Amino acid sequence: MGEQVGLSFDLLVNALIAGILLGGFYTAVTIGVSISFGILDIVNIAHPAFIILGSYIAYIVNARLGLDPIATSVVMLPAFYVLGAGIYQVYYESFERRGQEALRGLSFFFGLLFVTEVMLILVFGVDYRYVEAPYIGPSWRIGVVDLPLRMLVPCIAALAMFAALELYLSYTFIGRAISAVAQDQLALRLMGASPIRIKRIAFGISIATAAVAGALLIIIQPVEPSVGREYIGRVFAICVLGGLGSLPGTVIGAMLLGIIESFTATFYGPSWAPAVAFGVLLLTLAFRPAGLLGR
Amino acid sequence: MRTRVFLLVLIAVAAVVFFAARLVSNDYVFFAGYTVLQFVVLATAWNILGGYTGYVNFGSAAFFALGAYATVFLHKLYPLPIPLLIVTGGIVSGIVGFGMGYLTLRLRGAFFAIATLALAIVLQTLVVNWDYVGGSRGAYIIRPNEIAFIGPYIQYLFLLMLALAVIALTIARGIERSQLGYGFATIRDDELAAEASGVPTLRLKLVATTMSGALMGMAGAPFPYYIGYLQPSSAFALDYAVNSIAMPMIGGTTSWVGPLIGAILLGSLQQIATVTISSAVNLLIVGLLLVAFVVIAPNGIVGLVQGWTRGRTK
Repeated sequence: MGEQVGLSFDLLVNALIAGILLGGFYTAVTIGVSISFGILDIVNIAHPAFIILGSYIAYIVNARLGLDPIATSVVMLPAFYVLGAGIYQVYYESFERRGQEALRGLSFFFGLLFVTEVMLILVFGVDYRYVEAPYIGPSWRIGVVDLPLRMLVPCIAALAMFAALELYLSYTFIGRAISAVAQDQLALRLMGASPIRIKRIAFGISIATAAVAGALLIIIQPVEPSVGREYIGRVFAICVLGGLGSLPGTVIGAMLLGIIESFTATFYGPSWAPAVAFGVLLLTLAFRPAGLLGR
Repeated sequence: MRTRVFLLVLIAVAAVVFFAARLVSNDYVFFAGYTVLQFVVLATAWNILGGYTGYVNFGSAAFFALGAYATVFLHKLYPLPIPLLIVTGGIVSGIVGFGMGYLTLRLRGAFFAIATLALAIVLQTLVVNWDYVGGSRGAYIIRPNEIAFIGPYIQYLFLLMLALAVIALTIARGIERSQLGYGFATIRDDELAAEASGVPTLRLKLVATTMSGALMGMAGAPFPYYIGYLQPSSAFALDYAVNSIAMPMIGGTTSWVGPLIGAILLGSLQQIATVTISSAVNLLIVGLLLVAFVVIAPNGIVGLVQGWTRGRTK
């Protein structure tokens, strides 16, 4: 009897740790949407497609040059920033300025999501791709707890990215202006900052995070072009659960969803995991639409 | 034109289409035509919610698949005639549409869009884990070869889809000219103002989601008989979600003509492209056209034509 209780306790602790590590990675996936949807009010449902794009770039560089995926993603940051700023410019000119962001803006991002996915399928096919790095494979063992480095490294990288963004938003002029753009655009203009320019910068940053998230994704699991779709539900569930516009809320939401998914996978089987995020999203929308740390 | 007259005209057009297709006497015409008509129904259904009220549904595939799987489920219990299956498929999808709307429509529009996007993934997970309807392996539906009075079974399916298209278009046009339609338009133009002037916005939005979902479910109900072997990946294919948005957007969202034009153009284009190029390329074309049209021609082909005729009369 004692043996069995010990075993299930081990299982419980390991499921919890696995959930926290997974949650750390979900932070990286969600933080871009937390900026675009939470702060800028731009419903960028194409974000997961850009994450997959980041994964494929990490894969190509890793396969051709043997470079570390995380290092690659840091090098790619400026390119993704420029891509994001460009997309915002089109979005602003075509939809936001004309007040048509609801129907056509959403369809625009849906189209981008779709085009990116189909292009990746046309170029790379639907085979699963993966990267090689020294930390994929080994794992640390502390007591009964198993810490696979494949999960630990992305978790740490994601939390580092969160810390950097949080510091940037709290302590720099542009960072504070980004937070202000959600609250009062007129006041921002009076302070001598153009809301459009600030939003362009913020959207660029949000897409730039997709480069890092993509590299972390392909470290955690093999990637094929349509994997991104599974993340749409997760990303928005986390965003809403944590509270729109709150980066610390995003971390908490990500950790919670990671833990819930890990427990579901451990006790019910992994084929149910995709439904969990949606359940969380619907429950949050029904009972506490402002989220845990919402404004 | 009165709605009754409009319905008679549509039925006449449908009869001409059906007998013209029979004259060709090639089964491929019916197989391809069925797909195009299915898109006419899906695009029109999407437009009732998306075009008229301005709420975006990304989960067309989910509602379509619900109808298809309702058929598979009932088929295993007791084989019913397809028209009855279409009604049940419509009821199931309508209820799900109502439930989704009730949970999310009181919030900002974006939440509804996101929830519909996630709905497709969840329903697919449920179906994959549900062995009774075939699970991930899929389910076979054996289609009779012939049916009384009409002949080959595919012609019967084609005729049913033609009837559904007539019904969907009549409903859409009826809404446009009724109080319901004006109510929908006030929601699309300024929901806050509509609410303030006493328009029952939540009730109207629920009517729209239920009708739109039910029509999509009805379009999906005959699908297992058409395809013969239903897999989760074919019922939940992203093609349905993309096409049912792209077709109204490209045709024009403000009237029933837009989705019809979009569905016929894009549907036929894809039938040709699938045969001559590849299905991945043809989806890329649809995606690119969608992005191009929302950026360059926000009111679709109908808007372009209107702008052109107005320019000429000046």
